[in-house]
Amino acid sequence: MKKTSIIYLLFMILSVSFMTLSFKTGTNNKEEGIAKDSVGSKKAFLQAYRVLMHPRCMNCHPSGDVPLQGDDSHLHTQGVKRGHDGKGLYALKCSNCHQPQNTPGMHMPPGNPNWHLPPADMKMVFQGKSPRQLAAQLLNPKENGGKSREQLIAHVTSDKLVLGGWNPGDGRTLPPLTHTEFAKQFKLWIDKGAYLPDK
Amino acid sequence: MIKLKVNHKDYTVDASPDMPLLWVLRDILGLTGTKFGCGVAQCGACTVHLNGEAVRSCVTLVSRAEGQEIVTIEGLSPDLSHPLQRAWIAEDVPQCGYCQSGQIMSAAVLLRENPDPTDADIDDAMTGNICRCGTYPRIRKAIHLAAKLQHEAGVK
Repeated sequence: MKKTSIIYLLFMILSVSFMTLSFKTGTNNKEEGIAKDSVGSKKAFLQAYRVLMHPRCMNCHPSGDVPLQGDDSHLHTQGVKRGHDGKGLYALKCSNCHQPQNTPGMHMPPGNPNWHLPPADMKMVFQGKSPRQLAAQLLNPKENGGKSREQLIAHVTSDKLVLGGWNPGDGRTLPPLTHTEFAKQFKLWIDKGAYLPDK
Repeated sequence: MIKLKVNHKDYTVDASPDMPLLWVLRDILGLTGTKFGCGVAQCGACTVHLNGEAVRSCVTLVSRAEGQEIVTIEGLSPDLSHPLQRAWIAEDVPQCGYCQSGQIMSAAVLLRENPDPTDADIDDAMTGNICRCGTYPRIRKAIHLAAKLQHEAGVK
């Protein structure tokens, strides 16, 4: 009976210790000053996901080796392909038509000085990915271009090709959030713990 | 005034920086071998080389080409001796001929980057150049012949 009481006491002490430890690591992120919060983190990602899966973003993250076009994300005309560096093949390299700036007019090529797909050895596919799958991929440096979480935030905040999604040229729809709101939600996802959505 | 280097010659042209390169080549320099097809980078008739790449000159502003190396069909060789030109003549490729300078300029990039193209490689390089006469089988045949001629000439 005495032995059982000692074991019970030890168990209680350990439980309280773990709860305290869990409370500290689970609610305070001293470096960022933002509390970790799985519900808030997942909610923020689901907002950012709406942008990531919008044609302005997803069309250049196709599941195959042909970029996509239009709000229906059809295969790019002219049969253009990714190429090993993501910049096209032979006479059909991206920048042969896509200029450093948008070409004015309906159905004219949108532009950017760095127009490209992800390279063949790291395709960074968005098309067809669930929120959970895409979040996991974005966090994996072996699948995200070797980016740390800080670099991911910097990428979605200031990369000029990302920003190009909000300056898509005549006749193209905009992503469902403003770029500022998208970058904010993406950062919140990371800052609150970068939790993976449930599905 | 804008300084251009076209077919290894220096030019200074009085053109707006936002004028398409195609307009400068045809209307100012008189190099009419390059054609206007669709004007929206869809057909490939206006293809020229900008620093060796097969750009669509109808949507390429002349300001992008300033100080760069431009080559048109007139400058591909001094005497129609380029393997592609010899192959095009041998296979009697053109019908109406309108798209053919663009076809040859695109094929030149393919052969430079891939001296032994398969049919699939030719498809990957050439599907952006449209021919309303449907000369595609002869284009394919001529590219294979040009690859052979290029090898015989010792070009790697």
